[in-house]
Parts: sequence; C-alpha cells; structure tokens
Amino acid sequence: MSHHLISRRQMLAGTAAAGAVGLTGLPARAEVNWKKYSGTTLEVILAKGPRGDNLQKYIKEFTELTGIKVESEQIPEQQQRQKCVIELSSGKPSFDVVHLSYHVQKRQFEKGGWLADMSGYLKDPSLTPPDLVESDFSAAGLQYARNDKGQMFSLPWSVDYFILYYNKELFQKKGVEVPKTLEEMAVAAEKLTDPKEGIYGFVGRGLRNANMAMWTNFYLNFGGEFLDAKGNILTDGPEAVEATKLYQRLLTKSAPPGVAGFNWMESMASFTQGRSAMWIDADGWAPPLEDPAASRVVGKVGYTLVPAGPKGKFSSTYGDGIGIAAASKNKEAAYLLCQWVVSRGQGARLLQAGGGVPFRNSIVDDAEVAKGVKTKEWLQSVIDSAKISKLGLPAIIPVAEFRDIVGAALTATLSGADPATELKKAHEQFRPILERSEKA
Amino acid sequence: MIPALVVVLAVIIFPWVFTIWMSLQEWKVGSPTTFVGLANYLRLPTDPRFVEAVGHTLSYTALSVLLPLVFGTLAAVVFHQKFAARGFWRGIFIMPMMATPVAIALVWTMMFHPQLGVLNYLLSLVGLPPQLWVFNPATVIPSLVLVETWQWTPLVMLIVLGGLAAIPTEPYESAQIDGANFWQVFRFITLPLIMPFLFIAGMIRMIDAVKSFDIIFAITQGGPGSASETINVYLYSVAFVYYDLGYGSAIAVVFFLLIVALAALLLYLRKRMLWTSELGDGA
Repeated sequence: MSHHLISRRQMLAGTAAAGAVGLTGLPARAEVNWKKYSGTTLEVILAKGPRGDNLQKYIKEFTELTGIKVESEQIPEQQQRQKCVIELSSGKPSFDVVHLSYHVQKRQFEKGGWLADMSGYLKDPSLTPPDLVESDFSAAGLQYARNDKGQMFSLPWSVDYFILYYNKELFQKKGVEVPKTLEEMAVAAEKLTDPKEGIYGFVGRGLRNANMAMWTNFYLNFGGEFLDAKGNILTDGPEAVEATKLYQRLLTKSAPPGVAGFNWMESMASFTQGRSAMWIDADGWAPPLEDPAASRVVGKVGYTLVPAGPKGKFSSTYGDGIGIAAASKNKEAAYLLCQWVVSRGQGARLLQAGGGVPFRNSIVDDAEVAKGVKTKEWLQSVIDSAKISKLGLPAIIPVAEFRDIVGAALTATLSGADPATELKKAHEQFRPILERSEKA
Repeated sequence: MIPALVVVLAVIIFPWVFTIWMSLQEWKVGSPTTFVGLANYLRLPTDPRFVEAVGHTLSYTALSVLLPLVFGTLAAVVFHQKFAARGFWRGIFIMPMMATPVAIALVWTMMFHPQLGVLNYLLSLVGLPPQLWVFNPATVIPSLVLVETWQWTPLVMLIVLGGLAAIPTEPYESAQIDGANFWQVFRFITLPLIMPFLFIAGMIRMIDAVKSFDIIFAITQGGPGSASETINVYLYSVAFVYYDLGYGSAIAVVFFLLIVALAALLLYLRKRMLWTSELGDGA
C-alpha cells in the first residue's frame, strides 16, 4: 500500500501541539483528557469495507492513547444495517458505537431517537481537540449529521462522490474525446461499443435498488429535485423521464449483455477486464482498478467528473457517519473513539489508501496529505466533485422502498418498457408509502 | 401430555397468534404501534408488488413441482431396470440433493453469466444463440426453475423408486402375456400403482417450492426488477428491509393460508383420484 506520510508518533505529536495551541487562546482551553476513561471497553459495529478496515488496522493506537479497549466487528453492509435497526429499536443494543449510512438511515435513526446528541461533546475541550470543529465538515456532511434543530447526532466520517472512470486506451483507439456532457457521453459510448470484440462503451448499475445511486446523478443533472416544499416526491416529472431515457439508451445500446443484473461488482469486473470504456460509480474503486493482481487496466484509467446535464453538473453524494447509541452507558468514552475515527490522522490514512474521502475539508485540501495519494488524477476528481456535490437520495424514512420501487421501474426500461409509463406507475406505488411513513 | 402441550403452545400456537395480532397493527420498527384492524389486509390487493409476487409464486411453484415429477419419474423407471453399476449411478444421480442451496445458487449464478457462463458456451456448441437466463425478466423464472429441477429431481426419483419396488410383479407378467407394449405397461400398470407415491412427492415438492427462498434470493434477489420476486422474497423485504412488521405479518398470514389451500387441493385431488381408480377397477 502507499506509504503513510503521517506516522503514529507525528499524529500524537500533532494532537498534542494542537492542544498546546488551544492553551494559548483566551480563555485558556483545557487539553483533551485522553486517559479519563482508561479501562473502559467499547463495542463497535461496523459495515464491512475500507472504512471498517481503516479503524481496525490502527485501533491499537487509540487504545495506547486512551487506555480504552475497543472490540469491533465488521458485518456485510446490508446485514449490518438490519442488525443495527433491530438492536437499536429493542432499546438494548449490544454496541456503544455504530457506523451508519446516512443516505439510507439518517431519518430513520433520527425518528427512532437511537443516537446520542454530540453537540455538547463537540464544544467540550476536555473531549474534543481544537482542530475538530463543526465548520471543518463539508456542507453535505453537516446536512447529513445535523437534525432539523441543528444538533449533531453523529460525526461525518467518509463521503462517496460519484465520478466517471474511463479507459484511456480504448478512447485513444477510437479517437474519442472525454465527454463533457451527458449527451456527448451517450454518443461516445455508442462509438466505443464493438460487440464483436466484446467491448462496450458504458457500464453501470442495472440492478434494481443499486441502480438508483447512478440514476440520481443523471436526474440531478437534468435539473431534478427529489421533494417539493410540501414533501411530495417528484420522481415522475419531465426531468425524471429524460434522465431515464438517457439511462435506458446507455444501458441498452452501449452496455454489456445482462447489465440489468449488474451491481457495482459486476460493473467493476467488466471495467477492470478492459471490456467497458466508461463506468460511473462511487469514488472508492481506485485501489482495485490500479491493482495489477486484479486489473488489466492499471495505469490506463482516467478519473473525471460525471458529465454535465442540460440543467446542471453535480456529483451524487452519499456518506457514512459514526455515532453513539443513545442507550450506551459509556457515551463520553464512545465519543473519544468517534472523534479519533474522524481525526486528521485517520482521515489522511483513509484518503491515502483510496478507501474513502473524509468529510473534513482540512484533510482533503491539505497538500501534505495529498502527497501520499498514489493516483493524483483520482484525488483531483474527488476534490472537484466535492465542489459540485449534492445528496444523491431524498432524506426520507422509506429510502429502501423508494430505491426498490423506482429502481425496478428503471430496470424494466432495460427490457423495452416506456420510461414515462414506468415512472408514473412507480410513483403511484410509492406515494402512499411515503405518506404513511411521514404520518406515523 | 402437559409438557407436549406447553411445547406446542410455545413453539406453534403462540407465534401464530402473535403474528396475527401483529398483522392488525401499524408496526414499523422505530415508531409506536397502533391498532389498525384489517387495514394491512386491505392493502394487499391494491399493492401491485404483492399481486405480482402471488403470480410469480404460483408459476414458480407449478413449474418446480411438475418438472421434477416428470424427470424424477423417468429417472426412477430407468434406475429401476437392472444394469451394471446401478447403485453407483444412483449415488451420482442423487448428489445434487445433498448440496447446500446457497452454494448451488452461487455456482449457477456463474453458469448463467451471459458472457462468461458455461451455459451459453454449451448453447454455442450446438449452434444456439446466447441467452440472458436470469438477467432477462422473461426467462428468469424458467431459469431459476432449472436450478430447482436439477436439485430436486433426485428426491422425486428416490420416492418413486420406492414405489416401483413395492409393485407386485404379477400384473407385469399378465401384461406380457397379453402382449402390452412398454408405453401401455407404463400408462396402465406402473402409473396407477405409483400414483400415491407421486402424490407424496408432489406434496413435498409443492410445499418446498412455494416457500423457496434461498435459491431465488442468492441468484436474483427477486430481480431483474421484480420479475422473480415471490411472496417469500417480498415478505422478507417488507419485514426486514422496510421494517414494516405489521404489513409483513399480514403477508405471512395470507401466505400461510395459501400453502394450506394448496395442500388441501392436493389432498382433495388425491382422494378423487383414488375414487375414480376404484371405480375404474369395478368397471
């Protein structure tokens, strides 16, 4: 893996120095009392992936620093979400600290009142080093972590922007330019497609539910908004129909056969085998694409922004946070862990490994940290995406139903169904579900 | 007596009563529950996903009962003959039955792959165009049934084989004397005599197929779109992905009634069949 610029010692020193800076201010700030909860044991539930890996790999340092013992487990994403919801709703969760997906769980967790309010801890200098301030988190992160009243119920951990991956070699071979607009992208995809050679211009998620994450980026770029002022869902309007037509065109004319069943994994397989020229997905896939053991396109991958639509240029944004169970008996110790998880040192490591992008601007914009990132083009695409980021899913409780129902409509268009009709049908089906969930 | 009663109450009666009670509530994880009477049941006929799921369940079940019955009976007739190393071949034949459904599902997922899968390669050998298998809404259910048939044909064969072993040899001898051909022997002697066994096999297959979850979930998760979403798969989504326990319970209750109805239908057919065959004997 890439060499880590920030060593453990430097990190500890940095934290201490930051604390010292805090002392010079008026009124004097106390230093973080790291050892206050020494001897405590924390249970942590993580979704499987690079974020969980990053925590587990370096957790010894946290234990050294604080004397707090951490027991953590990683569970595959879907099962982890289910387990968390069931345990939290029982009122006696088996964990103190929980890793949550904002785009799926934000409203549900808020409504359940399952997480502890961190607003006070963030302002407490004995718990929070001075470099960790709310304003350092990106707007999307704060939007995710804060409730309507502005309280923080979690710390934004890692953000996913949707970007365009493209195969430079295939582009050169056919003399195709990197597309700047969605329309150009569709045309380029058709030019790059050569079924006889087994080469396709575009690959992306066709599988119901998963496909929504990519489709919403088209939708946003066509000028779509998810909810109107009254909270009605808007995904059957003209913007949605146009976005779906593009989706249908790309995945039926220029994508590999069977794409209706593809999630990111199948898409990535096609892309890493050099079988697809373009792929739009979350930003976390640079490490496998650049891994010679798993990829045939090492060094040939271009990373850039999702092309603009007629009404805008956005990057669909999703994110993870880390929070404390309201029922936990070790809330302050748990908070120490949470703020360590989003600390500068851990954030830099996550970014340098290419496993995720911290929500904290001070980390992403730091030239020192950037030096440790192997794929510069990837980093640039991420920094640029941050500037045009927009939440990729509506903040509603029945997100899973929304993704399933509209996602099924999208998949249906891949076997020739009419976009407008399918979206209308999905809309009729989803509206009562949304109304019921908001009423309850 | 009392211990048995306690066990039945705790393991069967209580969960059922509780499920019915849950189905009368608006019960979403994280929200307070409220009594809503039959509202969850009234929602069912207006829920297009549920209605579609019923259709998928019925077609999936019909195919996955019928095909293994046909192939299983054929295989039993073949394996009933005496030939070299018969026991060995029987052993090979029943191997699919012993494998774990999820493991099978993963292997078949690879075989179904439109570009890399072995099935399209086999088709290409005989000059047939590649298929999309489980990736096409139109072919997904037959493709899944293929897996189900592959796995459960051996079970039917074993049951029917037992039936064949129990048939007396006299009717065959007299048929031989009367000059009956193979098909006549099968149609008028073998089939009626193994009918009770076929009913048992059909019943076991039906109950298994109607509640099939592992193979469908592991291969398609109900997709593409919702083209292979059966009641069971939908029920799982409603209860454990959407956390709508009240509505999920209502689906479970209706699903249970459907299974009971199907089983009753089979029992009724069996009775009728026995009755007509007795009448046939008398005539």
